[in-house]
Amino acid sequence: MLDLGEYNSLGEALQAALEKWPAELCLIEADRDRENARFTYRQFKEAALPLARALQDGGFREGARAAIIMTNQPKWLISAYAIFFSGGVLVPLDYKVTPHEHLRLLVHSRAEFLIVEYHLWRAISQLPDANNLAARVVLVTEAPAGADLHGALRWEDFRDSRQPAFVARQRKDPACIVYSSGTGGRPKGCVLTHENYLEQCAAVTPIFPFFPGARYLSIIPTNHAIDFMGGFIMPFSGGGTVVHLRTLRPEYIREAFTRYKITYMAVVPLILRNLQRGMLDRFTALPHFKRRILNAAIAINRALTRSRARPQISRALLKQVHQAFGGGLRALLVGGAFTEPAMIEFFHGLGIPIYNGYGCTEACTAITVNNLRPFRPDTVGRPVRGMEIRILNPDSDGVGEVAVRSKTVMSGYLDDPEMTAETFVDGWLVTGDLGQLDSSGHLRLFGRKKNMIVTEEGKNIYPEDIEAVFDSIPAKEFCIFAANYLWPTRTMTSEQLVLVLRPEEGKAVSDGLLANAADRNRRLANYKRISGYLTWDREFPRTASMKIKRAELADQIRHTLTRDSVVAL
Amino acid sequence: MTLQNTTDEILNLAAQHFKVSREELRPDDDFFKKLGINSLQALDLLTTIENHFHIELPDYELQGVSDFRTLAERIQSRL
Repeated sequence: MLDLGEYNSLGEALQAALEKWPAELCLIEADRDRENARFTYRQFKEAALPLARALQDGGFREGARAAIIMTNQPKWLISAYAIFFSGGVLVPLDYKVTPHEHLRLLVHSRAEFLIVEYHLWRAISQLPDANNLAARVVLVTEAPAGADLHGALRWEDFRDSRQPAFVARQRKDPACIVYSSGTGGRPKGCVLTHENYLEQCAAVTPIFPFFPGARYLSIIPTNHAIDFMGGFIMPFSGGGTVVHLRTLRPEYIREAFTRYKITYMAVVPLILRNLQRGMLDRFTALPHFKRRILNAAIAINRALTRSRARPQISRALLKQVHQAFGGGLRALLVGGAFTEPAMIEFFHGLGIPIYNGYGCTEACTAITVNNLRPFRPDTVGRPVRGMEIRILNPDSDGVGEVAVRSKTVMSGYLDDPEMTAETFVDGWLVTGDLGQLDSSGHLRLFGRKKNMIVTEEGKNIYPEDIEAVFDSIPAKEFCIFAANYLWPTRTMTSEQLVLVLRPEEGKAVSDGLLANAADRNRRLANYKRISGYLTWDREFPRTASMKIKRAELADQIRHTLTRDSVVAL
Repeated sequence: MTLQNTTDEILNLAAQHFKVSREELRPDDDFFKKLGINSLQALDLLTTIENHFHIELPDYELQGVSDFRTLAERIQSRL
């Protein structure tokens, strides 16, 4: 392991990793049942330095911002290293949002350089307002021969052997601008420093140590804080290997476990649920007597692993289950969204070392991790090293808003001092989540204070971000709320969005209006869609500048209607 | 093969894959809603479709697609 306390920046630490383990396997790129490429740490460096040179020749200067929009693949990490090597600030964007949303975030971030996969660039460059793009240089990966690149350059063309200059950065300098939301509403670009990342990595690697031979399967988009840490910074700091799987097809994820003997994998609850479904299907298909043997083995394993994990015993008791996970899995990390305790218990019962946690982009990934000592699926674990947690304004049950303080907490939101000031109280980051700390220091979550949902895919959805789709809908007024914000339930599961419709004066909500709303809803990505609507016949409370007073409207709705008033859309 | 044929075959495959009646499915249905599936299950369906038509589609071809008709158009363009 690198001693991360010795380094001032991600660029320095990554450079040290490339020097320390030149012959170790760094990256594997797989696609379905094929393997596309392998890189040792030396080969990674040989691929990255020409790109750094190209950036610098293109006018890249210290502190320049460069965005990456790519699916999980080696060129993502190679490009990121070239940016850090050149003293730049990385803007990692979610490849899954729409081209319009990409453009909006690119404009907001003022990224001067853009590194993007061809199919994504084609969509962005064809937008009517594509000329708003501030990027001076665009590098496109995997473009077909003869394709019109709209002025972009081919990533693969840069093979210059002239040495680029390493540009040093300081710990407090920004390393990344990561958008935690704001594709449609007010962009929330978290400015994370080199110190934030180095401290987070140092705090988490004692729980999940990497070493040459350890392999991380990367399927959560790399722009996400979890994969950026677990599938880049952490494995590199220990000489491990990142396996990129260029498909999310469940059958190939399952195959990758065994083919590559995966050591660590981070998943969001949606993927965990699919893994669980696949296993349950196979269990159900077992002959009756084998099912009884399996159930007995699970019961014994549960009894033996209650106080601490015993991987050897679990592997011996449930050999076939563990073989399906490759036989060498040290941790299946689940995060990005709240995970139901029953699902965690299912995997724990099988002896799969499952770790849930809690975090947010603003705190540079993990705030707490459940370390299985003892297994506490009813909680999200204890704070990671160096993380302080306070519960603000606790009620009689000790439930209040979770606030955190640590060297991993962001410096603020890009170009938004007002929102930054709202998010920090006396130096503490206020998360907007409701929680309670028990006597053993474990954190339990009880819902949200803020008007938003987090999907099982780990996507933060703010109603303001999707309201633009409903603009000019033929209603007098409309507004979108998280159902749990209107009617708090003290849970973080089954979160839904609700469209509040106020029809024109004296009219009811017509079939035409509903069809219109349903049509607009379908334009949203499936995970952003509203689930239902409710009819509201009073004028919305508004500020002097005609903005909806959301909290006040929510209060009125809460005291007038129940959740049963929501009609499926 | 016409777009109509491709759409019909996709509806047949979806009905078989998710064990629902073929008669319940329409080309303009939102398959997430109609079948009650998530994005990973939709990718599973895409694998079944690929195997049937002997083509290969990257995951991103499904991005932004939520109805059978648009899915059929994407498949048709690869046949």
